[in-house]
Amino acid sequence: MTRRRAALFVRIAVLAGSVLLLEICCRTGIIDPLTIIPPSEMVVSMIDRIGSGEFNDSIASTFSTIVLAFVLAIGLGTLAGALLHRSSRLRDVVDPLLASYYSVPTFIFYPLLVALLGLGKAPLVVLGVLSAAPAVIISTLSGLDSVSPVLLKLARVHRLSPARTLWWIVLPAALPRLFSGFKLALSYALIGVIAGEFILSGTGLGYAISFAYQSFDNRAMYGLMLFVLLVAITANGILYVWEGRLARRRSSG
Amino acid sequence: MNEPSHVALNEVVRHYDGPPAVHALGPIDLAIPRGEFFSIVGPSGCGKSTLLDVLSGLSRPTSGSVQFEGRELHGEVPDGIGVVFQEDASLPWLSVRQNVGFGLRTSPLSEKEVAERVDHAVSFMGLAQFADHYPAQLSGGMRQRVCIARTLVLQPRLILLDEPFGALDQQTRLLMGDELLRLWRETGATVLLITHALDEAAMLSDRVGVMSARPGRFIDMVETGWPRERDSRIVSDPNFGTLTARLWSSLREESLKTMGRAA
Amino acid sequence: MSDLALEDALSKRKSRGRIRAFDAAVLALLILAIWQAVGSWTRGIAVSPPLQTLAYLFDLLRTSMFWDHATATLAAFLLAFALSSLIGLALGLIFGVRRFAGEVAEPILAGFYTIPKVTLYPVVLLIFGLGMSAKVAFGVMHGLVPMTLFTLGAVRNLPPVLIRTAMVLRLSPGRTMLWVLVPACLPDIVNGLRISFSLTLLGVLIGEMFSSQRGLGFLLVSGMAQHNVPLSTAVVTVIVAVAIAANALMLRVGGRTTRRPN
Repeated sequence: MTRRRAALFVRIAVLAGSVLLLEICCRTGIIDPLTIIPPSEMVVSMIDRIGSGEFNDSIASTFSTIVLAFVLAIGLGTLAGALLHRSSRLRDVVDPLLASYYSVPTFIFYPLLVALLGLGKAPLVVLGVLSAAPAVIISTLSGLDSVSPVLLKLARVHRLSPARTLWWIVLPAALPRLFSGFKLALSYALIGVIAGEFILSGTGLGYAISFAYQSFDNRAMYGLMLFVLLVAITANGILYVWEGRLARRRSSG
Repeated sequence: MNEPSHVALNEVVRHYDGPPAVHALGPIDLAIPRGEFFSIVGPSGCGKSTLLDVLSGLSRPTSGSVQFEGRELHGEVPDGIGVVFQEDASLPWLSVRQNVGFGLRTSPLSEKEVAERVDHAVSFMGLAQFADHYPAQLSGGMRQRVCIARTLVLQPRLILLDEPFGALDQQTRLLMGDELLRLWRETGATVLLITHALDEAAMLSDRVGVMSARPGRFIDMVETGWPRERDSRIVSDPNFGTLTARLWSSLREESLKTMGRAA
Repeated sequence: MSDLALEDALSKRKSRGRIRAFDAAVLALLILAIWQAVGSWTRGIAVSPPLQTLAYLFDLLRTSMFWDHATATLAAFLLAFALSSLIGLALGLIFGVRRFAGEVAEPILAGFYTIPKVTLYPVVLLIFGLGMSAKVAFGVMHGLVPMTLFTLGAVRNLPPVLIRTAMVLRLSPGRTMLWVLVPACLPDIVNGLRISFSLTLLGVLIGEMFSSQRGLGFLLVSGMAQHNVPLSTAVVTVIVAVAIAANALMLRVGGRTTRRPN
C-alpha cells in the first residue's frame, strides 16, 4: 500500500472513529442530548428538513448570494490585479494595504454595511466580495509575476498579438496561482455570506440556523448545520481535486 | 561577395539608459550570407545575447540598422526567423506534440499538414517516444530539443540559437551539435549560434566571430573551411586544434579583462 | 560600479523613496476623503465622518465604560491567543516531526479552515454557555488551526541536515525541539503567530458580537442597535488601528516583507 493510500485510510478511520465516539457518547448520555444530538440523528434531521422543501427558499437565497459574491470577487479581483501589475507605482502604494488587509476582521464592517445598504442581499454580497476579492488580487499579482520573461519573448518571436499573448501564454502560465486564489475566494465568500446571515439577516441558511438555535429547535439547527458543512466541504473539495489535476501535469510526478 | 547577405548589421550600437547607463554592444558590422553556419564566441557579459535580440528584431538598436532578406527591421520579429533561447521556453501546460505545434496555431495550413509537420519535427529531434509527455517529465536536454523542434516546424530561413546547450553535459552537447548540423543541412537555413564553448564553435561552424569584452565588438573572424557534410568527428582533423587555439588566443585577453572587471 | 554610478543609483533610490512617501500620503488622504464623503452623504446614518469620529473617540477613551469593554475583550483575546499559539505550536511540531501523522492530519486541518465556523457557534454556546469561556473558545477555534498548519509547514521544510546534526549531538527530543527546531523555524512560526493573532481577534470579536454583554464586539453591535453611529464608527476605528498596528509590528519582528521579483 502506498504511503498516500495509507494516510487516506488512517484519515478516514480517524474521522469515522470520532463520529462513532460522538454517537456513543450522545446515546449513552455522557453528552447531554440538549447540547449535542447524536450524529445519526443529525443526518436524519438534515435529510428530513432539506427534503421537505421548507428551506428551499433559504438555500436558493444563500447559494445565489455566494455565487454572486464569488463571481464578482473573481472578476474585480483579476482585473484589479492585472491593473496593479501593469503600474508598478500604483502597486507600490497598494502593496502595504494588501499585506495588512486580512489582519483586519472584515466582519466589523458588516453592521455598517447593513446601515448603508439595508437588510437584504446587498450587504451580504458586498461582505462576500470584501472578504474574497483581495485574495484574488494577491494571487493574480503572484501569478502574473510568475510568468517567465522568456515566454514573453517567445510570444514575440511567434509574432502573437497582445490578445493572443494573454490568452495562449500569460493566462496558462499564471493559472496555477490564479486557481489557488479562486479556491480561497470561494472559501472566503462562502464564510462571509453565511456568517453575515447568521449575525444579522432575515433570510438564508445562516439565518435559519440562528433562528433554529434561538427557538431551541436543536434538531433543525444541527440538521441545517450539517448540510452547510457538507456543502462547504464538497465545494472546496471539488476545487482542491481539480487543482491537483492541473498541477500534476506540470510537476515531475 | 556579389550576392546580398541574408542578414546584415550595419554599425549597430546598443545603449541601455540604466541606472547605470551601459554601452552594451557595438559598433558592430556583420554580414552573413545565406545558408552559412556562423558562430559567435565571447567573454560573459560582452553583449552576445543583446546581439541576438537585435538581430531577431526583439530589440531595436540605439543606432545603426539591421537588415534581414534585404528589408530593415523595426523592432518587430519578421516572418522566417526562428529563435531558440538559453532558458527553458517549453510550455509546461502543453504536451511535447502540442508544444511543437504551438507556432502553427496561427498558420493557414490544414490540420493534416500541421500534423505532418509536427510529426516530422518530433521524430527528427528524436522525441517520438515522448510525444505525449509533458515537459516537466523530461530532462533539460530533451526540453531544449522540444524548443528546437518547435522552431523547425515553422521552416525558418534563419535560425538563431542563444547558448542552447549551456545547461547540458559535454557528451550530450556533442550529440546535440551533430543534430544541429543535420538540421542545418536538411533545412538549408542560415544558422547563427551563440556559444561559450570554443570547441563547439570550431567544430560546427563555417565561420566564427570572436567578440571583445563589453562593449562587444568583433575582434576576429575565423573561417574554418569545413566541408558541408561534417559531424563531431571532425575533432580528429588537425585543423581543429589550430582553430580552437586561435580562438582562444583572441579570446583570452578579453576574458581576463572581464574577470578583472568583476573582481 | 564607478563612484559616479553609485552616487547616481543612491540618489535615484532616494527620489523613489520620496515618491513612495508622497503616494502613501495621497492614498491616506484619499481614504479619509472617501470616509468623509460616505459619512456626510448618508448624513451620519451609516458612518460618522472622520473628524466627528475622532472627537467622539477622544471623549470615549476617557470613559470607564469603554475601558471596561476593552479590557474584557483584551482578557478574552490574550487567553485565546495564548491557547491557540501554544497548542498550535505543540501540535504543529508534533505533526511536522511525525511525518505520517502530519500527512494524515493536514487535509483535515485544511478542511476545517474552509468551513464557515460561524455555523458551529451554537454548539460552542451550548457547551460553554454565554460568557467569557465561549468567547475564548471562539477565538481558539479560529486561531488554532492556522498556527498548527504554519508550524507544520515550517518543520517540514526544514533542511534534514539539521535534524541529523541534532541526532549526532545526541540531543533529547525535547532539546532537539527547543534548541534546533524552534529557532530554525522561527520566521515561519512568527508568520503563523501573525495570522493566528488576526484570526483569534476575529473569533473573539464575533463571539462578542452576538453572544456577550461585554467587550468591544458587543459595544459595536449595541451601538448599531441604539443607532449610536459615532460609537460604532469609533469602535471600528479602534479595532482597525489595533489590528493593523499589531500586524505591522509582527511583520517587522518576523523580518518579512512582501517580496516581489524585479
